[in-house]
Amino acid sequence: MDSLFAILNAVLVLGLLGALFGLVLAAASKIFEVKKNPLFEPIIEVLPGANCGACGYASCSALAEALLEGSASTNACVVGGEESSKAIAEILGVELEKNTRLAAFVNCSGGNNAAKRYNYIGISDCHAAMRLADGPIVCRFGCLGLGSCVKACPFGAIHLENGVAKVDHEICTGCLICVDTCPKHVIHPVPYYADVNVACSSHEKGGALRKICNIGCIGCKICERTCQYDAIHVIDNLAVIDYEKCTGCGECALKCPRKLIVDSNLDRTPRVLDKAQ
Amino acid sequence: MSLTSLISISLGAILVENYVLVQFLGICPFLGVSKKTDTAVGMSFAVIFVMTLASAVTYLVNEYLLVLLNLEYMQTVVFILVIAVLVQLVEMFLQKAVPALYQALGIYLPLITTNCAVLGVALLNVVSEYTFIESVVNGFASAVGFSLALLLFSTIRERLEVSADIPKAFEGIPIALVSSALLAMSFMGFSGLKVF
Repeated sequence: MDSLFAILNAVLVLGLLGALFGLVLAAASKIFEVKKNPLFEPIIEVLPGANCGACGYASCSALAEALLEGSASTNACVVGGEESSKAIAEILGVELEKNTRLAAFVNCSGGNNAAKRYNYIGISDCHAAMRLADGPIVCRFGCLGLGSCVKACPFGAIHLENGVAKVDHEICTGCLICVDTCPKHVIHPVPYYADVNVACSSHEKGGALRKICNIGCIGCKICERTCQYDAIHVIDNLAVIDYEKCTGCGECALKCPRKLIVDSNLDRTPRVLDKAQ
Repeated sequence: MSLTSLISISLGAILVENYVLVQFLGICPFLGVSKKTDTAVGMSFAVIFVMTLASAVTYLVNEYLLVLLNLEYMQTVVFILVIAVLVQLVEMFLQKAVPALYQALGIYLPLITTNCAVLGVALLNVVSEYTFIESVVNGFASAVGFSLALLLFSTIRERLEVSADIPKAFEGIPIALVSSALLAMSFMGFSGLKVF
């Protein structure tokens, strides 16, 4: 009888405790209820949920809240791209903002072609290498090729090729985390539709550059003369493309004696930014 | 109970009987959220918060409910219930009252409901026959010890991530386990430490 009583006692106490706690929680959920905007859930659904922070907000849900407040633009999410911005504009009932999608491009093709100051043996990280006399590459403007951007990219869009980082434009979402990561500032944002890019950042004069890099821009201006659209100019010994004017014909890439103008030739239609809009 | 005994309890809980590295409690979050220092910091604050609160509440429940009803053998199950409810309640309260703190603790708050270190501290408080103040201090200090281990380990793991000279077969979890073993061994060095 005693043991039966003990069992009953235990069951009753735990049961009552559980019921009591349940009631308390139920009451608390009413008292502390935080009203959520009914549009919050549908917006979360169309956002990619990568929480990459490329939009400038801590997470996708933070962006969703900012969108509901109206403090973020509908195309803030670079990862979701056009698809998600369209969906968001639809949910919020506002007009879609213009597509300004970007991609990252490494303005360097040095790598194994660039002269080395010393042989770097250490942590495979550009920031670490920068501490040793600004890195093993002589060129002040060149990629160190130790892959800090490769590790930083949340989408695996960057890999090393011949000792220089290369962005895969098919995968690049334009979050531009790599742009901030690169200690040499050799990665730049370019319009997503720009197929032709100059893979060099060096402002060194031709003669000086030939000594430290087998491939860099010598400022010969052949590209400038080739371009029919006045879209490429040599400024400070470096060819620079004006993406507003560039049609992506790729003539300059064919004529470049150093072969450093890259025509990715993905044949996206339309090939230039103004046509995209 | 004196101040010296409280200090002795704190140091004991943080270094000598570190929950993770010496008593092997709470290994799951220790391995789970130690990949990045940022997340480790978030988790640490959540654990400190909950463990301190849980030791206080479980002490009261034990003293004024279970002991009176001769139900001490139900400690484990009742404590689990109490801690789970407590965390839920705190989460709801924070979301309403202090959204900033709620954002900072984020997902870690509900995650540690089932952290065995939290249950461990509640049960060990009873076994050690601590008073209310001692229980709370022990809860807080144990959580600080947990945080210390977590932060140390997360910095080690971040370092392991960048120095790439790990054999292929040991990359990821294996090297994490090996290094946590080494870290635990170094904490064994505190075992002779006696303050007062």
